[in-house]
Amino acid sequence: MSVTLASERHPETGQTSREDSPLAVRGMTVSYGQKPAVFSVDMTVEPGKMTAIIGPNGAGKSTLLKAALGIHKPLAGTTTVFGKPVGQQRHRIAYVPQRASVDWDFPTRVIDVVLMGLYPQLGLLGRVRPAHRARAEDCLTRVGMEDFAGRQIGQLSGGQQQRVFLARALAQDADLYLLDEPFAGVDAATEKAIIGVLKSLRDAGKTVVAVHHDLSTVTDYFDNVFLINTRRIAEGPVKTTFVTANLQDAYGGRLAGAQMEALALS
Amino acid sequence: MNGAEFVPLSLVPLLTGICVAVACALPGNFLVLRRQALIGDAISHVVLPGIVVAFLIGGTISTLPMLLGAAGAAVIAVGAIEAVRRLGRIETGAAMGVVFTTMFAGGVLLLEQSDTSSVHLDVEHALYGNLESLIWLDATGWSSLLDPQALASLPVELPRMAATLLVVTGFIVLFWRPLKISTFDEGFARTIGLRTSPLGLALVIMAAIAAVAAFDAVGSIIVIAMFICPPAAARLMTNRLEHQLAWSVGFATLAAVLGYVLAGYGPLWIGMQDSVSAAGMIATVSGLILGVTALVGPHRLRGSAAPVG
Repeated sequence: MSVTLASERHPETGQTSREDSPLAVRGMTVSYGQKPAVFSVDMTVEPGKMTAIIGPNGAGKSTLLKAALGIHKPLAGTTTVFGKPVGQQRHRIAYVPQRASVDWDFPTRVIDVVLMGLYPQLGLLGRVRPAHRARAEDCLTRVGMEDFAGRQIGQLSGGQQQRVFLARALAQDADLYLLDEPFAGVDAATEKAIIGVLKSLRDAGKTVVAVHHDLSTVTDYFDNVFLINTRRIAEGPVKTTFVTANLQDAYGGRLAGAQMEALALS
Repeated sequence: MNGAEFVPLSLVPLLTGICVAVACALPGNFLVLRRQALIGDAISHVVLPGIVVAFLIGGTISTLPMLLGAAGAAVIAVGAIEAVRRLGRIETGAAMGVVFTTMFAGGVLLLEQSDTSSVHLDVEHALYGNLESLIWLDATGWSSLLDPQALASLPVELPRMAATLLVVTGFIVLFWRPLKISTFDEGFARTIGLRTSPLGLALVIMAAIAAVAAFDAVGSIIVIAMFICPPAAARLMTNRLEHQLAWSVGFATLAAVLGYVLAGYGPLWIGMQDSVSAAGMIATVSGLILGVTALVGPHRLRGSAAPVG
C-alpha cells in the first residue's frame, strides 16, 4: 500500500524511466526499532551522472543505500539495477562502505583487500594469477597507492584506507559505483584524488552515487542531488534541486538561513 | 621412553590432544577476529547438560545420543541467549554469560543427582576429560601401527577427533575466501553475493562440532583455551591471516605436546609424586604461550602506533 501512496506523493521528476535507471528504488521502508529510519522512499538515479545523497545526520542516507543493496533487510520496497532485480546484477555494482565500518586491525595487506574485488572472477578456489595481481596493482596506481601494496592495512592513514577501498571497487570493474561517505575524515589530497577518480569514472559512462555530508562541495562535485530526511525530499539536477526551499525541508532548523542561501544556487 | 612403552601409553593421548587443539584453534582464528570468541566458550559449557540429559534418557554413553543431546542443548542455548538479550535488554556477551553458566551449573546439579557411578561421567570428567586414560591396550610397539588386529582396539576418541579435524580443516580450506572477506567486511561481502549469514552460522556449527567431539576426550577447559589462546597468540606474530592460521596450528600443537609431557613428568622433575591433569596443563601452556607472545611478539604494539584519523 505504502508503495502506491509514495508514488502518488512523489511523481517522477526526471526523464529517466525505471528500466533505464542504474538504480531505481521503490517504496523503500527500513526500521531498526520502533521508528522507521527510511520511510517509503522512491529514488531513480540518472545514468552516467554523479549523484549525491544528502540530508542531516540520522536522515537514513546510508541506510537507504544498504537497504537498496540488500545489506539490510527492508520492511518494504524493491530495488532494480539497470532494470533487473539487484540480486541478478551484483557483477555490475561496486560498493564502498564507510571506512569506519570495518576493523582495520584485520591481519591482511593492502593488495589482499584490492584482490577481494576480484572474488567474483576467482571464486572459491581459483588461483590468483599474475594477471589478477597486475590488475589489482593497476587499481592501486589509479588511486595513488601503488607503493603501499605490501603494507598491513592498519598502518595506513584514514585517507589511505579510503583510497584502498576505492581501489577495491575499481577492481570490480562495475557500471554502478555506490559510495558511503567517501570523503569522511580524509585529508585534502585524498579528497582530490578520490573526486578525480570518480569524475573519470563518470566521464567513462559509469554511474556514481555517493552519500555525502559536506554541503559546500555538492555543486563542485556532483551533477545531481537526492535529498532525504527519512522521507524523500527532492531529487534532480544540482542546479534546480539543490535550492533553499529543499534544503529547508531536509534540514529544517539545523542549518541557519544565511548558511543555506550561501550554499544553494537559487 | 621406548616404543613398547610410548605407543600403548602416550601415543594416543598425544595425537588426540593435538587433534583437539588444532580442530579448535582453526575456527577459533575466525571467531576471535569476528569478536565472537565467547561462542566457543558458551558451546563447550552448554554441552554438559545436553550430554547428561542424553545419558539419563538413553542410559549409556555412546556417541550418537551424546552428540544429539549436545546439539539440542546448543539450540536451546541460542534461543535462550536471544530471549535473555531481548527480554532482559542486555548486551549479547552478558546474555551469553548468563545462559551458559546457568546451563552448565544445571548440568552439574543433574550430574550429582543422577546415578552415573557406573559410567565415566562426572564433574571432573566434564572439566578435564580423560586424556591420560586413552590407553591403547593391544599395542606392543611402533609395529602395532601396521597391525590391523591391534589397530582394532585403538581408543575410539582418536579416530573421532581425527575425522573432526579433517571436517573442520576441509571447511576452512574450501570457504577460505568467503570467510576472509566476510570477516573483514560483511557489508561488502553481501554486495558481491556472498551469503554471509549462512556462512557465519556454518562457522559456529564447525566450532560446535569441534567442541562436542573434543568434550568427551579432553573436557571443556582445553576446548575453551584452544578456541582463543593459539589464535590470539598467532595474531601477535604476523600481520597476515594465512600466516596467522599457520602460527595458531603451531602453537596449538606445541601446547598439546608440551602440556602432555609437563603434566606427566613435570611434577616428578620437581620431586613431587603424582602427575597432574594433562588437559589442565595443556590449557595452562597455551595461556603461557599467549603471555610470551604478548611480551615479545613482533606485532604486539600495532594499533597504538597506527594513525586513527
